[in-house]
Amino acid sequence: MEAHVVSNAVVAGLVAGALYTATRVRKSRFWSESFRELGRRRPVALAAIAFYVALGLADSVAWLDSGAQGIAAHRPRSLVDRLFPAEFQERSYSAPLAFEEFYGGAGLRFPGQHWLGTDILGRDVLHMALKGARVALLLGGLTSLIVIPLALLFGMSAGYFGGRIDDAVFFAISTLSSIPSLLLLIALIVALGRGPLQVCFAMGVTGWVSFSRVIRGETLKLRELDYVAAARALGASESRILLRHILPNVMHLVVITFVLLFSGMVLTEAILAFLGIGLDGSWGQMIDQARDELARDPIIYWNLTAASVALFGLILAVNLVGDAIRDILDPRTVRENV
Amino acid sequence: MLAYAIRRLAYGFLVVLGVLGLLFVLFFLYAKPIDIARRAVGEKAPSAVLQTWIAQHGYDRPWPEQLRDHYWRMLSFDFGRSDIDDVPISRRLSEGAGPSLSFTVPAFVIELLLGVGLALFVAYFRDTYIDRMGVILAVLSMSVSILLVIIAGQYVFGKLLNWFPISGFDPDPALLPRFIAMPVLIFALAGIGGEIRFNRTLFVEETSRDYVRTARAKGAGDGRVMVRHVLRNALIPILTHVVTAIPFLFTGSLLIESFFGIPGLGAVTVDAIQSSDFSTLRVMVYIGALLFIVFQIVTDFTYTLADPRVRLE
Amino acid sequence: MSEPVLEVTDLVTTFPTDASLAQRAEGERRPAAGRAAVVDGVSLSIAPGEVLALVGESGCGKSVTALSILRLVPKPGRIESGRVLLAGRDVRALPISEMRAVRGAVAAMIFQEPMTSLNPVQTVGVQVVEAIRLHERMSAAAARARCVELFERVGIPDADARFDSFPHQLSGGLKQRVMIAMALSMQPKLLIADEPTTALDVTIQAQILALLREVRDRFGMAILLISHNLGVVNELADRIAVMYAGQVAEEGTREELLAHPRHPYTQRLLASIPSRHRPGEPLAEIPGVVPAPGEWPAGCRFTTRCHRAFEPCATVVPRATPISDTHRAYCHAVALEEERA
Repeated sequence: MEAHVVSNAVVAGLVAGALYTATRVRKSRFWSESFRELGRRRPVALAAIAFYVALGLADSVAWLDSGAQGIAAHRPRSLVDRLFPAEFQERSYSAPLAFEEFYGGAGLRFPGQHWLGTDILGRDVLHMALKGARVALLLGGLTSLIVIPLALLFGMSAGYFGGRIDDAVFFAISTLSSIPSLLLLIALIVALGRGPLQVCFAMGVTGWVSFSRVIRGETLKLRELDYVAAARALGASESRILLRHILPNVMHLVVITFVLLFSGMVLTEAILAFLGIGLDGSWGQMIDQARDELARDPIIYWNLTAASVALFGLILAVNLVGDAIRDILDPRTVRENV
Repeated sequence: MLAYAIRRLAYGFLVVLGVLGLLFVLFFLYAKPIDIARRAVGEKAPSAVLQTWIAQHGYDRPWPEQLRDHYWRMLSFDFGRSDIDDVPISRRLSEGAGPSLSFTVPAFVIELLLGVGLALFVAYFRDTYIDRMGVILAVLSMSVSILLVIIAGQYVFGKLLNWFPISGFDPDPALLPRFIAMPVLIFALAGIGGEIRFNRTLFVEETSRDYVRTARAKGAGDGRVMVRHVLRNALIPILTHVVTAIPFLFTGSLLIESFFGIPGLGAVTVDAIQSSDFSTLRVMVYIGALLFIVFQIVTDFTYTLADPRVRLE
Repeated sequence: MSEPVLEVTDLVTTFPTDASLAQRAEGERRPAAGRAAVVDGVSLSIAPGEVLALVGESGCGKSVTALSILRLVPKPGRIESGRVLLAGRDVRALPISEMRAVRGAVAAMIFQEPMTSLNPVQTVGVQVVEAIRLHERMSAAAARARCVELFERVGIPDADARFDSFPHQLSGGLKQRVMIAMALSMQPKLLIADEPTTALDVTIQAQILALLREVRDRFGMAILLISHNLGVVNELADRIAVMYAGQVAEEGTREELLAHPRHPYTQRLLASIPSRHRPGEPLAEIPGVVPAPGEWPAGCRFTTRCHRAFEPCATVVPRATPISDTHRAYCHAVALEEERA
């Protein structure tokens, strides 16, 4: 099946899932109050994240132009692509809003229309920067969505049932976490190949480790609590206890970890891009391609700046929101008011 | 205590075996010998040459034999030669360790002092503007990719102001400081935002404890309370954090060594990645893991020294 | 009569409340928006060698009152107004360096939880020595000797060996003895004991109380004893002050208060003691709950639960009505009674 059809379907699924989660959240007083508090504390950061998410989704909805000729007939264009003219490429560098090429002064095909200029291949910088959002969200979001259920499964089982299961899981965790995560990541990617799926998988493996350890620790604590013993005394089955008593009480960790993992992964991808094993179209790749340009004279700064600002903006927003979420959800936070 | 030590070491050894197993799976089951040979000898080399290379490097043996060989050699630190240029890997290691340590160690010391000192400072002024500014600055610094810091640093201090050379390395002690000044600063400051936040949280938590109230009730001044009581108690988790960072001093920083042209272990690793030199890469990952496991064990023992409540059976 | 060791006049200590709560509370008389007076106009005095017990339910402000005396109120709380004279010196006017000299030396404090009140990574000896050397120049050896002597004085067996013990190696009772030794080390004029026995076993409680009594007798030390346990109070107190929701309700000698309580709250409190009931009799209780900070009525805070409340109670704060030289109640109903008498 065509890639863009798959991604359209995925977006539809994500939106449906988000709506469903929203209705469930509304029912729970704890979660809806927490969310409202979050909106109160970090409105700007949340708005920024919403903007990036909207960009990412928009860039994932793509379709072919029926009347196009040649190669264009096989290249699906997303909503973001359609904000720009179809063949928007120049031959080489041009400064933001310039009317001529940066070196040599030759005329541009689209004079004055490249708001952030063009890169060495003549590609519009603003266009690339906007498209980077999808890559970042795909990496962080999708990987987390895979990691979290797996970590919950293994972490809760290990913590709750103990014994052999715990021994096995703990050994796996120890082994994987002994390898410095960047090295492990690199080793996995080099071994598995450099495609986007492999990168996400490798990120997933490294993310899984630390998270399942946290879940295991929390489950160990929760298992000893009185209300678990009470539930057991009332005849609840183990799976019921796990689902209705343990799981809801580790959800706050899930949310906090998801946010922290996300920014970590996007930043790590930038490093992988530098090493040549990152994701195509990411901001990290833009930065990597652009870094030599500061050595030129006169310097070319616009593509590096655009990618840096885009990356920094998302990470900062996510970190600020993550901090606020942790303050709101962490029961250990000391409430200072009477 | 001795029983615990033995058990801990034994478990550590088991983990080492697990790591080696994982590495074997990653590198040998997925990499085809013919591809490695091609990369080493050349893409267009004739098949006979490739086969000779493969036989020479032992990549044509059955996998159980390779597995046993892998374990034996790694555990006895017989690292063999690089796939690409045939240089003995242990020589690479010994040559690379010095340059790596030359900048990671000073950076580590600086980061430790600043990380603890600034966090203590900020925690003391808790909930005032200083604290809020400190936290915001820390979050800001955590959100910037280290790539950008390096690029900006090289551009501003190297090209624009010309205070430091953009890259390069000279082991001569007279010339060394100029070359490692930026790497040291960047390596030290890269993680400092997160560390200050982490330490600050610890300090703030300790400050609200009962024994701090007792100390104040005795008439102890704020300085004394912060250092003698809060820091001393918070030191336990900080120590754990710190000791686990030590392995990274040896592996160097992949990015910094690349950007600044420092011929350390990080650069060796980056070269291995880019040339798909599996035998070297395998050794680098193994060394990293080994150091990590060793220092985890060291941390556990340091914990007992630092915290009198913990007495390991 | 010699001057009182402690004299507190109209002490007001506030804490911030949730903004939403502050908006809901009508008739919030003072203080500034968003803050609740957890200690609201409390006046106390203690004569040298006297034991005053400060009694009340959890949350009535007794601990905060005690902390205010030594200016140890944790942020974001703060002392808004009032005067605190400790051995004649105005504590609120002192610069912080002199305040520290006062803490531990003029007045010392021991706390409820001996488990967490000692630094876990230092030996108990080191901590007591710190208390000594903060106030007096002394060699380490001399300080150690003094500490061991104190340990013996408070009944810690094997005192010399115990010097090098860590807190987690000692029982609750021993830890509390260490705290008392620490408090006594500079022979303060006032010992503030905040629920010193609450966290201990009953048998140990009795021992600690006996120790406190001995300390009072031997050193002529005044004690401000905070407790919600009337049994403990009965053992030790010369005078008792009853607090409710941040205000003093009634104050008098032990006999006066326990035998002839006048304030409705005190009366109900004493009436609810199980031992005062005959077997089979339902336990008396005070209807309602203590109002949350910020939801206090403008006048007497006990109004909502008082069986004798009448017109002025909700809006006018009752002033002290003298019942005898030593007995006072803060109640309009009592004031009315006294007027008629």
